[in-house]
Amino acid sequence: MQNGRQSAPTVFHNARLVDPASGLDRTGAVLVENGVIADIMAGTARPAPPDGARVIDCAGRVLAPGLIDMRVFAGEPGFEHRETLAGASRAAAAGGVTTIICRPDTEPVIDDPAIVDYVRRRARDDALVHVHPMAALTRGREGREMTEIGLLSDAGAIAFGDGARTTADARVMRNALTYSQTFGALIAPHVEDAALIGDGVMNEGEISARLGLPGRPAAAEIIAVERDMRLVELTGGRYHAASVSCRASVAAISEARQAGHPVTCGVSINNLVLNEIDVGAYRTFFKLRPPLRSEEDRAAMVEGLASGAIDVVVSDHDPQDTDSKRRPFVEAGFGAVGLETLLPAALGLYHEGQVGLVDLLAAMTSNPARILGLDAGRLEPGRIADLVVIDLASPFVVLAEDLVSKCRNTTFERRHMQGRAVLTMVAGSIVFERAPAEADA
Amino acid sequence: MAEPVEIRSPILRSPHLLGIDGLGVDEVLALLDLADRWVDRNRAAPQKRDLLRGRTLINLFFEASTRTQSSFELAGKRLGADVVNMAVQRSAIAKGETLIDTAMTLNAMRPDILVIRHEAAGAVELLSQKVDCSVVNAGDGAHEHPTQALLDALTMRRHKGRIEGLVIAICGDIAHSRVARSNLILLSMLGARLRLAAPATLLPPAVDRFGAEVFTDLRDAIRNADVVMMLRLQSERMSASYVPSAREYFHFFGLDHDKLALARPDAIVMHPGPMNRGVEIDSAVADDPRSVIREQVEIGVAVRMAVLEALAAHVGVAG
Repeated sequence: MQNGRQSAPTVFHNARLVDPASGLDRTGAVLVENGVIADIMAGTARPAPPDGARVIDCAGRVLAPGLIDMRVFAGEPGFEHRETLAGASRAAAAGGVTTIICRPDTEPVIDDPAIVDYVRRRARDDALVHVHPMAALTRGREGREMTEIGLLSDAGAIAFGDGARTTADARVMRNALTYSQTFGALIAPHVEDAALIGDGVMNEGEISARLGLPGRPAAAEIIAVERDMRLVELTGGRYHAASVSCRASVAAISEARQAGHPVTCGVSINNLVLNEIDVGAYRTFFKLRPPLRSEEDRAAMVEGLASGAIDVVVSDHDPQDTDSKRRPFVEAGFGAVGLETLLPAALGLYHEGQVGLVDLLAAMTSNPARILGLDAGRLEPGRIADLVVIDLASPFVVLAEDLVSKCRNTTFERRHMQGRAVLTMVAGSIVFERAPAEADA
Repeated sequence: MAEPVEIRSPILRSPHLLGIDGLGVDEVLALLDLADRWVDRNRAAPQKRDLLRGRTLINLFFEASTRTQSSFELAGKRLGADVVNMAVQRSAIAKGETLIDTAMTLNAMRPDILVIRHEAAGAVELLSQKVDCSVVNAGDGAHEHPTQALLDALTMRRHKGRIEGLVIAICGDIAHSRVARSNLILLSMLGARLRLAAPATLLPPAVDRFGAEVFTDLRDAIRNADVVMMLRLQSERMSASYVPSAREYFHFFGLDHDKLALARPDAIVMHPGPMNRGVEIDSAVADDPRSVIREQVEIGVAVRMAVLEALAAHVGVAG
């Protein structure tokens, strides 16, 4: 994130403080000084602000740790026409996301400490939010040779995976899971068996059959997850399935966790709120990876999130330019923008009573922070002041033209949503504030 | 000779024919009736009509198909249209032009009807959203091939007098076949009893949801069938290990006289062409009197004339 901005002390009062890590959910105030949370006070009383402090009356709105999005395609280097660190960070700020983990499947691939360093410097100069690059697990993401996990970790790579590719070679994966332990590194791969998905473009089933589109069977994901659970059992490596979409994948991960293995998993917001029927008549904006699954699998994702079997919710932000999406379905690019809609779409699950607010926010704050070892995601004195004020009530309609993102390939066009970020603070600086008229709308 | 005015209200509600899915029974029956008359008229006096005089029909084939393209060309010409064949194949795409660019370019030439074949499912529908003229789907990937299904249905109806209640076995590479998909929708709409037969690797996912009986033994599927429709096996299916060899495929799934003997004595044999003799169909069966494969080609022209005539009702009156 950008350096050198002097931020005045800030007092948030009359807020509904939600700290998922401690389970705190009560009215109170927060004092931010020098970029960190200096104090947290209970009750409706407005604390005496220090000199020159900005005082923000939250009017009962939620004040929570800023969101951490573990799966973002930020474009740099090599795909600046789709996304940039600056652009992704603006979208993040508008969505209440204060930390993004960016994917390594760039051009060149983030598989060298110099490129990790490049991304971090670019982010420091350009980005409004914290950016942590993931590094590739194998050189060139080719699945053959392990990357320099130690040097890359030292350079600041926060986790390892081959972007949207799964390491097919079980021996390479085994060695990576073994070797990474020396450095405490997290292996966070995409999970889909490449041979089995073949040229598939959507979930395999009745709908793909009727549309005449090649399918990606659920088994391709389940096989990849189950294999990796065996390898974790064999090696003891720390493992996070980046984005699961099938009931049986969650079951396999839960089982390994119950057996004491250090495994966690994430789910894309798309797989929580959409299903394969949304593909409709070849709507390429719904061509995603992992694909939108059956309604039964979608419901299982919500269930897994509510029960804690799924640890993390990600936006899977993956901007595609118009040319990539205005094509026949089989030829169109995979992915959708998501940073700005992550929180509102997730809040839909809360409004429907499917997931409690604290659990929901935990999956986007304290859980990813814990998995990644970040000093963020908590509302606690001494922690970095990455905060979001959320208006749970405000209804709005998602319109592509309102998005901050350069690419507008949203899966939520014209969706009615309720609740979103109205103020985002990163390390004590306000990086986004929704105009009052818009906030009240 | 002046053509009698036959149509007052449009036969097709949509200005496009993108698939059988979405058509009503009334539309299908009207098209079949219209095509039926064209078969007879073509046989009686294959003379040029002027229903589409002054209209431009562009055949836009991204995937080569001499047979279907000629059929549409002939249909258009017999109705008096100016027909332009654009063999796009890979050339424009190789130059980096997107599908939509190609469509916009052609649209600027103001054709009245675009007949499109493309290897990607949904591509024809996508194009129809970008152009101002009528669009006919001449096959999109493994999705639909509506005029083929219509000509198949008409061939059956002319031979059997009905579709309802007929036992129809569709055999071969169902998974990758747009012909099978369009036929499944059309023939079930008209009340046929459908059977599908293929090695399990060539059946689509969720095949039990298609309203047909499913067989992995060709003999069981053919037994007492009124119609045996064989599908073409693309040679690339063998390299992708869907089936081990042409020899094994022919042995179990090729239609020969032994297997055909299980069908009703008056059964007809169909194939959308082009045939792989000795792979999905024995040469002797292809040339058997029960084979109506060449008649399908003839009826294909009539069906396409009917479709073009029906769409002409949507084409701008001025011109």
